[in-house]
Amino acid sequence: MTHAKPLPHDAARLHVTGAARYIDDIPTPRGTLHLAFGLSAIASGRILAIDLSMVRAAEGVVAVLQAEDLPSACDCSPSAHDEPLLSDGTLHYIGQPIFLVVARSHLAARKAAQLADIAYDKTSPILTIADALAANSRFEDGPRIWERGDPFPAISDARHQLDGSIDIGGQEHFYLEGQAALVFPQENADMVVHSSTQHPTEIQHKVAHALHLPMHAVRVETRRMGGGFGGKESQGNALAIACAVAAQATGQPCKMRYDRDDDFMITGKRHDFRISYQVGFDDQGQIAGLSFRQYARCGWAQDLSLPVCDRAMLHADNAYYLPTIRIESHRLRTNTQSATAFRGFGGPQGMVGIEAVMDQIAAYLGLDPLDVRRKNYYNAPSKKGRRRTPYGQIVRDFALHEMTDRLMDTSHYMERRNAIYQWNAKNPVLKRGLALTPVKFGISFTLTHLNQAGALVHVYQDGSISLNHGGTEMGQGLFQKVAQIAASRFGVGIDLVRITATDTSKVPNTSATAASSGSDLNGMAVAAACDTIRSRIAAHLAGKYGGTPRGVIFADGRVIAADANLSFAEAAQSAYEARVSLSSTGFYKTPKLKWDRLRGAGRPFFYYAYGAACSEVVIDTLTGEYRILRADLLHDAGASLNPALDIGQVEGGFVQGAGWLTMEELVWDNKGRLQTHAPATYKIPATGDTPPVFNVDLWDAPNPEATIYRSKAVGEPPFMLGISVWSALQQAVAATGTGQVHLNAPATPERVLAAVERVRDGN
Amino acid sequence: MSKKQHYAITVNGKEEEFLAEPRELLIYTLRERLNITGPHIGCETSHCGACTVTIDGKSVKACTMFVAQANGKDITTIEGIGGPDNLHPLQNAFKEHHGLQCGYCTPGMIIRATKLLEEIPNPTEEEIRFGMSGNICRCTGYQNIVKSIQAAAAEMNAAKEAAE
Ligand code: FES
Ligand code: FES
Repeated sequence: MTHAKPLPHDAARLHVTGAARYIDDIPTPRGTLHLAFGLSAIASGRILAIDLSMVRAAEGVVAVLQAEDLPSACDCSPSAHDEPLLSDGTLHYIGQPIFLVVARSHLAARKAAQLADIAYDKTSPILTIADALAANSRFEDGPRIWERGDPFPAISDARHQLDGSIDIGGQEHFYLEGQAALVFPQENADMVVHSSTQHPTEIQHKVAHALHLPMHAVRVETRRMGGGFGGKESQGNALAIACAVAAQATGQPCKMRYDRDDDFMITGKRHDFRISYQVGFDDQGQIAGLSFRQYARCGWAQDLSLPVCDRAMLHADNAYYLPTIRIESHRLRTNTQSATAFRGFGGPQGMVGIEAVMDQIAAYLGLDPLDVRRKNYYNAPSKKGRRRTPYGQIVRDFALHEMTDRLMDTSHYMERRNAIYQWNAKNPVLKRGLALTPVKFGISFTLTHLNQAGALVHVYQDGSISLNHGGTEMGQGLFQKVAQIAASRFGVGIDLVRITATDTSKVPNTSATAASSGSDLNGMAVAAACDTIRSRIAAHLAGKYGGTPRGVIFADGRVIAADANLSFAEAAQSAYEARVSLSSTGFYKTPKLKWDRLRGAGRPFFYYAYGAACSEVVIDTLTGEYRILRADLLHDAGASLNPALDIGQVEGGFVQGAGWLTMEELVWDNKGRLQTHAPATYKIPATGDTPPVFNVDLWDAPNPEATIYRSKAVGEPPFMLGISVWSALQQAVAATGTGQVHLNAPATPERVLAAVERVRDGN
Repeated sequence: MSKKQHYAITVNGKEEEFLAEPRELLIYTLRERLNITGPHIGCETSHCGACTVTIDGKSVKACTMFVAQANGKDITTIEGIGGPDNLHPLQNAFKEHHGLQCGYCTPGMIIRATKLLEEIPNPTEEEIRFGMSGNICRCTGYQNIVKSIQAAAAEMNAAKEAAE
């Protein structure tokens, strides 16, 4: 079977030769125009006067558009229709597009965009959580609240109580390929859009809406992205719409790619959160009652903030049974970039909240944090009780007991913990920390109707197979996994299968490639399409050679029907000559889902994916600097569709997650300007930042739910394995004294140093 | 705007002559003028390494050099070390050892690694990590990139020994 093999990425040969095409590599016709936005320099207020004469006069400029020149408001929002392409005169954040320059070259457009003369009427911006709460500036009418039981009596009746809070920073996606779009105007006012997007259907929908066209007049094609991570779920809308508007106005192809600084200034990032808690627990650290308040800075527009914040609530339990629980979620509107999807989609922030609680309980009771964690784990499937999540879904296949056992064993957790204890006692300056943390992540879009996918498969008369589906390729290897599925269904080698660029004219009404759902949904849809064609071929061959259609075997590139043994190409040729259709669509919708987001009750997830990570760090207590010394990861990918690609997701996810919680720091000044808006000031992990000892394994147990070949989704869950690094840093800080550890994220060296000083001083 | 000047550079063994403004960045010369799109633009500020090329035997980020500085020089890009049907050992190793995901960093990584292995044919893991520290990757977590370079080094050394 071709699935389950560790085949290289489908485009590997193109990538290593520089031949893989991204948007910026697509050859453009003579006369193609290039776009850049002019941006707001204030976070809140109005435009008093604007003089664009210098912009217009700049070399190479063809046109300059303001809001009133557009065919509509050109809304870019994926949700609330609150994001006009260009400012309507009111300004909401530093970096908001005010006008659009259309020029003969990328550089000419960028240079001209700097020449505007704008007078502003500034108002005082809402920047922080405190500002937003004071002004009651929020999305939705008030906080969302989900409860199970009443935690407050449970907390006060418990043997011990703690409260506290943690600040968790945001994160810039830093997809290595910045946002980009290229639009070719067609006859009949149609538009062909090439976009670096995770969501071609949304681009199609938004472009059509902006230009007052039906969706069938807009075709969107996406071959690949140079990284997405959620940052290309909605943030590409503005570029595609801008190009389409300019293409309509000029009749010329139009292209836009954000310069890296603009990308930082304009686009949304991961939501930063403050999470406060009150918890009651017994002598072993088992939680009786817990109350969370989650405050999320959502930025100026709603974008995807509501489902992101829902998912933070849905992961407030992580791997732990919480008998009574209250979660209050505040979605705050601030004058900053509109925070958006980012790998984990709020789940990681919710999880850091409960992991902080676990560490605090352990420190308070003087227990090993892992013991406290295990004490609170959901029950294993074999045991009764303690299996219901706060929102009512039963955790049926909770694998973390066995996974934790295995990881403790392979990482030598106990021996190392004891050795570190002794080492720390002897070393006054350097301190080590070790932590093992679990991940349980829910798989499915929480907006239930998004859990559908379509595919289109053709078999040609020479036996070659062309396949298309609604998922997009951003490096995760989705195309290869899906091609492997198709090859398995037809019993042929992978080289017979060609995957074509995602195209809204081939498969309509698709969902974003997000929520880790790419291979679950599209893999099933492709399998369905392949099976339809395979049964037609089988019926034809059974009719021709005898036997039943079910008895026809497709394996090893051969098709065997009764006494006939044909190559797949011969079988296809024979079916074609018998006038059998060799083309089919396929469709899939995830079963068993039922979810009421307002009440926070039902079954939002088809299943859970699990993981566990054990990280060791060393800190320098004089400077706060630190290194990750070792990481051991064990991750559940179900019956893996491609173990090599899955391990790549686990390694990359862990490093990105650790980056989020350690070195990646977004800083806005008190005027609302993002100060860390380029790689010079925003640091993501480099080759030397990963642990020198790095062991990664897959937990190879089939998914009990009937997913494609019993695999599990693997895009997002490993990101949260990075939490172990932050927790290990807390352990190292704790080793410096008797005070309470309080380490906000990202745990930059400055914060580690400050935390060390507090712990040393015993407060 | 300054006047256009005449320049001649050799790219992947081919002589190219053209008129350009002296301050045109080499990455634009390669990508837009010469249609060599393997070197990518990730940051344009010398931080990411996606645009790395080899110039007169040295790794250079093509976004930090003006075309005037490259005049008369010999440049190798990813396209110059091997094609789809005759992969360089590093290209093959990145493919086989999963040294890429989205692939955007890959051409820069590989072209940098060709120089690294020339300088240190048998590098330790630490030397690889240090030698590659100017190239960032947002996808892979670097593990498979390091493995790919190790595998290529082993293969290239074995081939060298066999030839001796
Ligand atoms: S584009 Fe040259 S280093 Fe990033
Ligand atoms: S593979 Fe995506 S940046 Fe390296």
